[in-house]
Amino acid sequence: MSGNTLWVAVVVASVGCYLLKLAGLSVPAAWVEQPWVARVVDFVPAALLAALVAVQAVTTDDRIVVDGRLAGLAVAALALALRAPFIVVIALAGATGAGVHVLAG
Amino acid sequence: MSSPGRSSTLRDAVGLGAAVGFYGIAFGAAADAAGLDVWQAMTLSALMFSGASQFALVGVLGAGGSAPAAIGSALLLGTRNTVYGVRLAPLLAPRSALGRAGAAHWVIDETTAMAVAAPDRELGRLAFWATGATIYLGWNAMTLVGALGASGLGGPAAAALNAVVPAAFLALLWPRLTARGSAEPAAQRRVALGGAVVALALTPFVPVGVQVIAAVVAVALAGRPRTAERAA
Repeated sequence: MSGNTLWVAVVVASVGCYLLKLAGLSVPAAWVEQPWVARVVDFVPAALLAALVAVQAVTTDDRIVVDGRLAGLAVAALALALRAPFIVVIALAGATGAGVHVLAG
Repeated sequence: MSSPGRSSTLRDAVGLGAAVGFYGIAFGAAADAAGLDVWQAMTLSALMFSGASQFALVGVLGAGGSAPAAIGSALLLGTRNTVYGVRLAPLLAPRSALGRAGAAHWVIDETTAMAVAAPDRELGRLAFWATGATIYLGWNAMTLVGALGASGLGGPAAAALNAVVPAAFLALLWPRLTARGSAEPAAQRRVALGGAVVALALTPFVPVGVQVIAAVVAVALAGRPRTAERAA
Protein backbone atom coordinates (compact mmCIF):
# COMPACT_ATOMS: atom_id res chain seq x y z
CA MET A 1 0.00 0.00 0.00
CA SER A 2 1.41 3.40 -0.93
CA GLY A 3 2.37 6.01 1.63
CA ASN A 4 -0.41 8.27 0.36
CA THR A 5 -3.08 5.61 0.86
CA LEU A 6 -1.77 5.02 4.36
CA TRP A 7 -1.95 8.74 5.09
CA VAL A 8 -5.55 8.89 3.83
CA ALA A 9 -6.48 5.98 6.11
CA VAL A 10 -4.69 7.59 9.07
CA VAL A 11 -6.29 11.01 8.64
CA VAL A 12 -9.82 9.90 7.68
CA ALA A 13 -10.02 7.40 10.54
CA SER A 14 -8.59 9.93 13.01
CA VAL A 15 -11.08 12.65 12.03
CA GLY A 16 -13.92 10.11 12.10
CA CYS A 17 -12.98 8.87 15.57
CA TYR A 18 -12.76 12.46 16.80
CA LEU A 19 -16.22 13.28 15.41
CA LEU A 20 -17.63 10.21 17.19
CA LYS A 21 -16.25 11.57 20.47
CA LEU A 22 -17.53 15.08 19.77
CA ALA A 23 -20.97 13.72 18.87
CA GLY A 24 -21.25 12.20 22.34
CA LEU A 25 -20.76 15.58 24.00
CA SER A 26 -23.05 17.32 21.51
CA VAL A 27 -26.15 15.25 20.70
CA PRO A 28 -29.17 15.08 23.00
CA ALA A 29 -28.63 12.23 25.45
CA ALA A 30 -31.97 10.67 24.50
CA TRP A 31 -30.64 9.82 21.01
CA VAL A 32 -27.92 7.61 22.35
CA GLU A 33 -29.54 6.39 25.54
CA GLN A 34 -31.91 4.07 23.74
CA PRO A 35 -31.42 0.73 25.50
CA TRP A 36 -30.64 -1.12 22.27
CA VAL A 37 -28.05 1.46 21.17
CA ALA A 38 -26.28 1.26 24.52
CA ARG A 39 -26.38 -2.53 24.36
CA VAL A 40 -24.99 -2.81 20.84
CA VAL A 41 -22.21 -0.34 21.62
CA ASP A 42 -21.38 -2.20 24.83
CA PHE A 43 -20.80 -5.44 22.91
CA VAL A 44 -19.15 -4.17 19.71
CA PRO A 45 -15.63 -4.08 21.22
CA ALA A 46 -15.80 -7.74 22.33
CA ALA A 47 -16.82 -8.90 18.82
CA LEU A 48 -14.26 -6.76 17.00
CA LEU A 49 -11.33 -7.26 19.38
CA ALA A 50 -11.87 -11.03 19.39
CA ALA A 51 -12.02 -11.01 15.58
CA LEU A 52 -8.76 -9.06 15.52
CA VAL A 53 -7.14 -11.49 17.97
CA ALA A 54 -8.13 -14.42 15.74
CA VAL A 55 -7.17 -12.77 12.45
CA GLN A 56 -3.84 -11.50 13.75
CA ALA A 57 -2.94 -14.79 15.42
CA VAL A 58 -3.74 -17.41 12.78
CA THR A 59 -4.27 -15.84 9.36
CA THR A 60 -1.91 -14.65 6.63
CA ASP A 61 -3.68 -13.02 3.69
CA ASP A 62 -6.71 -15.26 3.07
CA ARG A 63 -5.33 -18.43 4.66
CA ILE A 64 -5.20 -19.96 8.13
CA VAL A 65 -1.53 -20.18 9.14
CA VAL A 66 -0.39 -21.61 12.46
CA ASP A 67 3.02 -20.39 13.64
CA GLY A 68 4.73 -18.80 16.62
CA ARG A 69 1.97 -16.19 16.89
CA LEU A 70 -0.50 -18.79 18.19
CA ALA A 71 2.02 -20.05 20.74
CA GLY A 72 2.62 -16.45 21.82
CA LEU A 73 -1.14 -15.92 22.13
CA ALA A 74 -1.54 -19.01 24.31
CA VAL A 75 1.23 -17.80 26.62
CA ALA A 76 -0.37 -14.34 26.72
CA ALA A 77 -3.74 -15.85 27.67
CA LEU A 78 -2.11 -17.78 30.50
CA ALA A 79 -0.32 -14.65 31.72
CA LEU A 80 -3.57 -12.65 31.59
CA ALA A 81 -5.39 -15.38 33.53
CA LEU A 82 -2.67 -15.08 36.19
CA ARG A 83 -3.26 -11.29 36.18
CA ALA A 84 0.20 -10.43 34.92
CA PRO A 85 0.72 -6.75 34.06
CA PHE A 86 0.38 -5.74 30.40
CA ILE A 87 4.10 -5.32 29.80
CA VAL A 88 4.79 -8.85 31.11
CA VAL A 89 2.03 -10.30 28.90
CA ILE A 90 3.49 -8.59 25.84
CA ALA A 91 7.09 -9.52 26.63
CA LEU A 92 6.18 -13.20 27.16
CA ALA A 93 4.19 -13.32 23.91
CA GLY A 94 7.05 -11.71 22.00
CA ALA A 95 9.66 -14.00 23.51
CA THR A 96 7.53 -17.04 22.67
CA GLY A 97 7.04 -15.89 19.06
CA ALA A 98 10.78 -15.30 18.65
CA GLY A 99 11.57 -18.65 20.31
CA VAL A 100 9.32 -20.58 17.93
CA HIS A 101 10.84 -18.71 15.00
CA VAL A 102 14.35 -19.70 16.07
CA LEU A 103 13.41 -23.33 16.84
CA ALA A 104 11.47 -23.74 13.59
CA GLY A 105 14.46 -22.32 11.73
CA MET B 1 -13.80 19.54 48.53
CA SER B 2 -10.87 18.14 50.45
CA SER B 3 -7.29 18.37 49.28
CA PRO B 4 -6.62 14.68 50.09
CA GLY B 5 -9.36 13.97 47.52
CA ARG B 6 -7.51 16.10 45.00
CA SER B 7 -4.11 14.55 45.59
CA SER B 8 -5.42 10.99 45.50
CA THR B 9 -7.27 11.77 42.25
CA LEU B 10 -4.06 13.18 40.78
CA ARG B 11 -2.03 10.22 42.02
CA ASP B 12 -4.44 7.73 40.44
CA ALA B 13 -4.42 9.68 37.18
CA VAL B 14 -0.63 9.71 36.95
CA GLY B 15 -0.40 6.01 37.87
CA LEU B 16 -2.90 5.09 35.19
CA GLY B 17 -1.12 7.28 32.65
CA ALA B 18 2.18 5.53 33.31
CA ALA B 19 0.59 2.08 32.97
CA VAL B 20 -1.16 3.01 29.72
CA GLY B 21 2.17 4.27 28.39
CA PHE B 22 3.29 0.66 28.00
CA TYR B 23 0.43 0.12 25.56
CA GLY B 24 1.89 3.07 23.66
CA ILE B 25 5.17 1.19 23.15
CA ALA B 26 3.24 -1.83 21.87
CA PHE B 27 1.20 0.40 19.58
CA GLY B 28 4.27 2.12 18.14
CA ALA B 29 5.85 -1.27 17.48
CA ALA B 30 2.63 -2.64 15.93
CA ALA B 31 2.34 0.41 13.66
CA ASP B 32 5.89 -0.10 12.49
CA ALA B 33 5.26 -3.80 11.88
CA ALA B 34 2.18 -2.84 9.81
CA GLY B 35 4.30 -0.71 7.49
CA LEU B 36 3.42 2.73 8.86
CA ASP B 37 6.23 5.21 9.27
CA VAL B 38 7.00 7.00 12.53
CA TRP B 39 5.05 10.12 11.47
CA GLN B 40 1.94 8.09 10.69
CA ALA B 41 2.15 6.29 14.03
CA MET B 42 2.58 9.62 15.82
CA THR B 43 -0.29 11.22 13.91
CA LEU B 44 -2.58 8.41 15.02
CA SER B 45 -1.62 8.77 18.67
CA ALA B 46 -1.92 12.55 18.55
CA LEU B 47 -5.11 12.83 16.46
CA MET B 48 -7.06 9.59 16.89
CA PHE B 49 -6.01 9.05 20.50
CA SER B 50 -8.10 5.95 21.13
CA GLY B 51 -6.08 2.80 21.72
CA ALA B 52 -8.38 0.06 20.44
CA SER B 53 -9.23 2.02 17.28
CA GLN B 54 -5.56 2.71 16.61
CA PHE B 55 -4.60 -0.94 17.08
CA ALA B 56 -7.48 -1.98 14.81
CA LEU B 57 -6.46 0.42 12.04
CA VAL B 58 -2.84 -0.70 11.96
CA GLY B 59 -3.82 -4.34 12.52
CA VAL B 60 -6.05 -4.41 9.46
CA LEU B 61 -3.58 -2.42 7.34
CA GLY B 62 -0.72 -4.65 8.50
CA ALA B 63 -2.66 -7.78 7.54
CA GLY B 64 -3.00 -6.38 4.01
CA GLY B 65 -6.54 -5.01 4.37
CA SER B 66 -7.88 -2.09 2.35
CA ALA B 67 -8.07 1.45 3.69
CA PRO B 68 -11.91 1.39 3.93
CA ALA B 69 -11.84 -1.88 5.91
CA ALA B 70 -9.21 -0.44 8.27
CA ILE B 71 -11.13 2.83 8.69
CA GLY B 72 -14.39 0.93 9.26
CA SER B 73 -12.85 -1.19 12.03
CA ALA B 74 -11.42 1.88 13.75
CA LEU B 75 -14.75 3.73 13.56
CA LEU B 76 -16.78 0.78 14.86
CA LEU B 77 -14.49 0.57 17.88
CA GLY B 78 -14.76 4.37 18.24
CA THR B 79 -18.55 4.29 18.70
CA ARG B 80 -18.21 3.55 22.40
CA ASN B 81 -16.54 6.94 22.86
CA THR B 82 -19.83 8.50 21.69
CA VAL B 83 -21.63 6.79 24.55
CA TYR B 84 -18.90 7.89 26.97
CA GLY B 85 -19.38 11.46 25.74
CA VAL B 86 -23.09 11.31 26.51
CA ARG B 87 -22.26 10.08 30.02
CA LEU B 88 -19.63 12.78 30.53
CA ALA B 89 -21.53 15.75 29.05
CA PRO B 90 -23.41 16.71 32.27
CA LEU B 91 -20.27 16.23 34.35
CA LEU B 92 -17.95 18.24 32.14
CA ALA B 93 -20.65 20.75 31.12
CA PRO B 94 -18.33 22.56 28.68
CA ARG B 95 -19.19 26.25 28.60
CA SER B 96 -18.18 27.00 25.01
CA ALA B 97 -18.00 25.21 21.68
CA LEU B 98 -14.22 25.43 21.95
CA GLY B 99 -14.22 23.86 25.41
CA ARG B 100 -16.41 21.06 24.13
CA ALA B 101 -14.17 20.50 21.11
CA GLY B 102 -11.14 20.29 23.40
CA ALA B 103 -12.75 17.99 25.95
CA ALA B 104 -14.02 15.67 23.18
CA HIS B 105 -10.48 14.76 22.15
CA TRP B 106 -9.82 13.13 25.52
CA VAL B 107 -13.09 11.16 25.80
CA ILE B 108 -11.69 7.61 26.02
CA ASP B 109 -12.10 4.49 28.19
CA GLU B 110 -9.72 5.57 30.94
CA THR B 111 -10.78 9.21 31.34
CA THR B 112 -14.45 8.15 31.45
CA ALA B 113 -13.82 5.43 34.02
CA MET B 114 -11.83 7.79 36.26
CA ALA B 115 -14.28 10.71 35.93
CA VAL B 116 -17.39 8.60 36.56
CA ALA B 117 -15.77 6.88 39.57
CA ALA B 118 -14.85 10.17 41.29
CA PRO B 119 -16.86 10.95 44.44
CA ASP B 120 -18.17 14.34 43.29
CA ARG B 121 -18.53 16.47 40.19
CA GLU B 122 -15.53 18.71 40.81
CA LEU B 123 -13.22 15.75 41.45
CA GLY B 124 -14.76 14.04 38.45
CA ARG B 125 -13.76 16.95 36.28
CA LEU B 126 -10.27 17.00 37.78
CA ALA B 127 -9.97 13.24 37.21
CA PHE B 128 -11.01 13.66 33.56
CA TRP B 129 -8.48 16.38 32.78
CA ALA B 130 -5.62 14.95 34.86
CA THR B 131 -6.08 11.45 33.45
CA GLY B 132 -6.47 12.82 29.94
CA ALA B 133 -3.32 14.94 30.14
CA THR B 134 -1.19 12.18 31.68
CA ILE B 135 -2.31 9.53 29.24
CA TYR B 136 -2.04 11.86 26.26
CA LEU B 137 1.58 12.69 27.09
CA GLY B 138 2.55 9.13 28.02
CA TRP B 139 0.75 7.55 25.08
CA ASN B 140 2.36 9.86 22.51
CA ALA B 141 5.86 9.68 23.99
CA MET B 142 5.73 5.89 24.25
CA THR B 143 4.34 5.55 20.71
CA LEU B 144 7.47 7.32 19.51
CA VAL B 145 9.67 5.00 21.58
CA GLY B 146 7.91 1.90 20.23
CA ALA B 147 7.92 3.06 16.61
CA LEU B 148 11.59 4.03 16.67
CA GLY B 149 12.59 0.95 18.65
CA ALA B 150 10.85 -1.46 16.30
CA SER B 151 12.06 -0.01 13.00
CA GLY B 152 14.89 -1.92 11.43
CA LEU B 153 14.32 -5.15 13.36
CA GLY B 154 14.52 -8.44 11.45
CA GLY B 155 14.45 -12.22 11.94
CA PRO B 156 13.56 -13.30 15.50
CA ALA B 157 12.72 -9.71 16.52
CA ALA B 158 10.19 -9.43 13.67
CA ALA B 159 8.71 -12.77 14.73
CA ALA B 160 8.48 -11.43 18.29
CA LEU B 161 6.63 -8.38 17.00
CA ASN B 162 4.20 -10.54 15.01
CA ALA B 163 3.37 -12.42 18.20
CA VAL B 164 2.98 -9.18 20.17
CA VAL B 165 0.12 -7.82 18.04
CA PRO B 166 -2.51 -10.55 18.71
CA ALA B 167 -1.41 -10.62 22.36
CA ALA B 168 -2.00 -6.86 22.59
CA PHE B 169 -5.53 -7.29 21.20
CA LEU B 170 -6.15 -10.09 23.69
CA ALA B 171 -4.96 -7.84 26.53
CA LEU B 172 -7.41 -5.12 25.37
CA LEU B 173 -10.22 -7.69 25.17
CA TRP B 174 -9.54 -9.61 28.40
CA PRO B 175 -10.96 -7.19 31.00
CA ARG B 176 -14.25 -7.06 29.06
CA LEU B 177 -14.67 -10.81 29.53
CA THR B 178 -14.17 -10.86 33.29
CA ALA B 179 -16.59 -10.12 36.10
CA ARG B 180 -14.30 -7.30 37.23
CA GLY B 181 -14.50 -5.48 33.91
CA SER B 182 -18.02 -6.19 32.71
CA ALA B 183 -21.56 -6.41 34.05
CA GLU B 184 -22.30 -9.41 31.83
CA PRO B 185 -19.08 -11.38 31.36
CA ALA B 186 -20.85 -14.50 30.08
CA ALA B 187 -22.61 -12.58 27.30
CA GLN B 188 -19.37 -10.74 26.47
CA ARG B 189 -17.54 -14.08 26.15
CA ARG B 190 -20.28 -15.43 23.90
CA VAL B 191 -20.01 -12.38 21.63
CA ALA B 192 -16.19 -12.56 21.62
CA LEU B 193 -16.16 -16.24 20.67
CA GLY B 194 -18.79 -15.58 18.00
CA GLY B 195 -16.76 -12.67 16.61
CA ALA B 196 -13.61 -14.79 16.37
CA VAL B 197 -15.46 -17.67 14.68
CA VAL B 198 -17.19 -15.38 12.16
CA ALA B 199 -13.89 -13.67 11.30
CA LEU B 200 -11.98 -16.92 10.79
CA ALA B 201 -14.82 -18.53 8.82
CA LEU B 202 -14.96 -15.56 6.43
CA THR B 203 -11.19 -15.19 6.05
CA PRO B 204 -10.83 -17.34 2.88
CA PHE B 205 -13.79 -15.64 1.17
CA VAL B 206 -13.66 -11.89 1.76
CA PRO B 207 -10.97 -9.22 1.31
CA VAL B 208 -8.64 -8.93 4.31
CA GLY B 209 -10.12 -6.70 7.00
CA VAL B 210 -13.73 -7.14 5.91
CA GLN B 211 -14.04 -10.23 8.12
CA VAL B 212 -13.21 -8.07 11.14
CA ILE B 213 -16.05 -5.66 10.39
CA ALA B 214 -18.41 -8.55 9.59
CA ALA B 215 -17.66 -10.01 13.03
CA VAL B 216 -19.84 -7.26 14.46
CA VAL B 217 -22.88 -9.47 13.68
CA ALA B 218 -21.80 -11.55 16.69
CA VAL B 219 -23.21 -8.75 18.86
CA ALA B 220 -26.56 -10.45 18.24
CA LEU B 221 -25.34 -13.27 20.50
CA ALA B 222 -25.51 -10.90 23.46
CA GLY B 223 -29.25 -11.43 23.55
CA ARG B 224 -31.64 -9.05 25.24
CA PRO B 225 -30.81 -6.90 28.25
CA ARG B 226 -30.69 -8.81 31.51
CA THR B 227 -34.02 -7.57 32.83
CA ALA B 228 -35.76 -8.90 29.72
CA GLU B 229 -33.74 -12.11 29.93
CA ARG B 230 -35.08 -12.74 33.41
CA ALA B 231 -38.62 -12.15 32.26
CA ALA B 232 -38.23 -14.49 29.28
